[in-house]
Amino acid sequence: MTKTFPGVVANREVGLSLRAGEIHALLGENGAGKSTLVKMIYGVLKADSGEMRWMGAPADIRDPARARALGIAMVFQHFSLFDSLSVLENIALGMPADTDRDRLKTRIHELSDRYGLPLDADRHVYTLSVGERQRVEIIRCLLQEPKLLVMDEPTSVLTPQEVAGLFETLKQLAEEGLAVLYISHKLDEIKALCKRATILRGGSVVGSVSVARESAASLAAKMIGEELKEARLRGDGKKRGPVRLEVARLDMPAADEFSIALRDIRLSVRGGEILGIAGVAGNGQDELLAALCGEARAARNNRIRIDGHPCARAGPNRRRALGLASIPGERLGHGAVPEMSLLENGLLTSYRRLGFVKRGFIRRRECRAFVARILKRFRVKAAGDGAVAASLSGGNLQKFIVGREICQSPALLVVSQPTWGVDAGAAQTIRLALRKMADKGAAIVVISQDLDELMSLSDNIAAICAGALSQPVPTDSVTVERIGLLMAGARDAN
Amino acid sequence: MEILIPAILTVITAATPLLYAALGELVAEKSGVLNLGVEGMILLGAVCGFAAVYLTGSAAAGIFAGLAGGMALSVVFGVLVLGFQASQVATGLALTIFGIGLSALLGQELVGVAYQGLPKISLPLLSKIPALGPLLFRHDFLVYGSFAMAFAVYWFLARSRAGLVLRAVGDSHDAAHAMGYPVVRIRFAAVLFGGGMAGLAGAYLSLAYSPLWIENMSAGRGWIALALVVFATWRPWRVFIGAYLFGGITILQLHAQVLGVGVPAQVMSMLPYLATIAVLVLISRDRNKIKLNAPACIGKPFHPAA
Repeated sequence: MTKTFPGVVANREVGLSLRAGEIHALLGENGAGKSTLVKMIYGVLKADSGEMRWMGAPADIRDPARARALGIAMVFQHFSLFDSLSVLENIALGMPADTDRDRLKTRIHELSDRYGLPLDADRHVYTLSVGERQRVEIIRCLLQEPKLLVMDEPTSVLTPQEVAGLFETLKQLAEEGLAVLYISHKLDEIKALCKRATILRGGSVVGSVSVARESAASLAAKMIGEELKEARLRGDGKKRGPVRLEVARLDMPAADEFSIALRDIRLSVRGGEILGIAGVAGNGQDELLAALCGEARAARNNRIRIDGHPCARAGPNRRRALGLASIPGERLGHGAVPEMSLLENGLLTSYRRLGFVKRGFIRRRECRAFVARILKRFRVKAAGDGAVAASLSGGNLQKFIVGREICQSPALLVVSQPTWGVDAGAAQTIRLALRKMADKGAAIVVISQDLDELMSLSDNIAAICAGALSQPVPTDSVTVERIGLLMAGARDAN
Repeated sequence: MEILIPAILTVITAATPLLYAALGELVAEKSGVLNLGVEGMILLGAVCGFAAVYLTGSAAAGIFAGLAGGMALSVVFGVLVLGFQASQVATGLALTIFGIGLSALLGQELVGVAYQGLPKISLPLLSKIPALGPLLFRHDFLVYGSFAMAFAVYWFLARSRAGLVLRAVGDSHDAAHAMGYPVVRIRFAAVLFGGGMAGLAGAYLSLAYSPLWIENMSAGRGWIALALVVFATWRPWRVFIGAYLFGGITILQLHAQVLGVGVPAQVMSMLPYLATIAVLVLISRDRNKIKLNAPACIGKPFHPAA
């Protein structure tokens, strides 16, 4: 199959074959053409040339409805959910028109129990966290009883326990005869789950391999065309500076019935330290980030101190002036304005700190240089700084947003899901950049659902559960299993 | 009671055209299309309805012609906005200006023609109930129709599968497209419905409210209908309340002016607009409710991926 977009060949004569009952990995960096390929399989995009055969017969998959009718289901990377509709309504839209609502609800609950994907069918999607939204997508697909399930980065927002559960589910489904096309950057997952892998690079297939015969390193090398550097991520603990962020007895009432109230949050982060906050999606991570970065304000000003200055009632600009930078988990619409260019998005959070506005006028040259630096350092693939944020692939936009904050060298950084959806090489770049910032004296709070990432990156670690944060402890002193228990609500780390 | 019943009856006549126009616009907006041409479509509906009655003498023909007139203008809007992806705001504004001019041109011969108004339909038995009977059960077809329409729109959006699809298209056209729903066709249908309802609002003005044809007789009701939809946070029953509130205060201030309240007439005329906006702002303060009901894709052009 070949697909060309103006200025770029997204897929060049790509071929792939899948058997019933097989979990097949599709591997490649951001922009390698994975999304284009699966969109053609699902009928969202039309190939310029090439042919698809389904069960031996040529298939003309004109549109997604046709794909679904054949038995092809897909979990998208950008979730195709309707924010203002309930979970049940979202799922009903993907079902035949005569589906009975009550029966559908029962089936949703059955599936969510069976596969360990807890869901409340009556909640509105806009109140759900990224991880919860993904559960909706997965259940929506499973309800169609598909023959082929395409999953784009399905585990990036799940806890280790949830990942293990999902893998069991997928293996079970494969045994029942389902074919799974599994897109992931996480090589150890592919090792654990898949038998064969097709590797894409720059729009072309560079190999179709048997996973068992490859090591994670050799897969990575094929994917990015070079060896991954092993590097120190953990701090040495020597260069700890003074306390930069101090949160004491912070309570935040829930903003609405679907938010989580924060209860008695206490933490402190010193310069040179990375504090990791683990937790299952929807346990107060979004609320904590909002409280720390100033989008939500506490009742008493002294509950949060940045470099000793009380600021729990201050807005985002005041906190930025004190040295804070923040990166929300939601990229489009929160971390970046989708319809604005990268230049404008770069300007939005940086213009005060870096002085890009003088007497009300934008200093375009300086700002362009700044954005160019982000694009280069974080290897963001974009058509220059005039490209609108929405035109970037998920991983590239993530690199841009993270890069934008890191390149401002803030004294304190609060970041949610720093490497969500970015490939292995770029994830390493981001983690190294975070460590380098810390080594230079910044304090960093990383809120993530990727426990491996937290274990390798953070000096201290805590878990958030139902709006309460466990006592932060040195990462060296706890096991993954212990953190897993804390994420499930156990009281302390010992 | 003797004074009250006619007063309340006039409230109903003042509210009915707003209700039609706002319900139509609500459905169009829920599908993600902002049509600022309501005023123009009302006027075309009014002149077409009146002309049809003038030519045929049939009230039914008048109502039908009003509906068709509004719908015809919305076809123009739909083709430009959905077919050629013109800006919805600019096209809607142009549509209003066009509707004002076209209706004046078509209605030149009709100015000064008299019509006795749509026949009242007394519901048997019910209309005999003292006080309540004449109040609720002695109206023309369009008033009953407006009640039914408010309920139908509520039911359609909240309960029916087609309504769910329409809301989905308004919430995220890309996601709806990805699931295989025909975004443009659904929006076109919603725009047509909006045009038809605006046309009925116009027909009601020229056939029942006044009843006669004068240039620009809608007097800004299209804009009020647009505001009602937003302040009612896209919920049909709130549109209903808003329309009646506006109608009620319109009549109240007229009576107050007659009684000689010592307030300038201009201020009194402002009251319905002010009060409607104030009340609806008060009940729509809840940010989450807005998030929940506002169509996220409103006004955005839809470019399906190749």
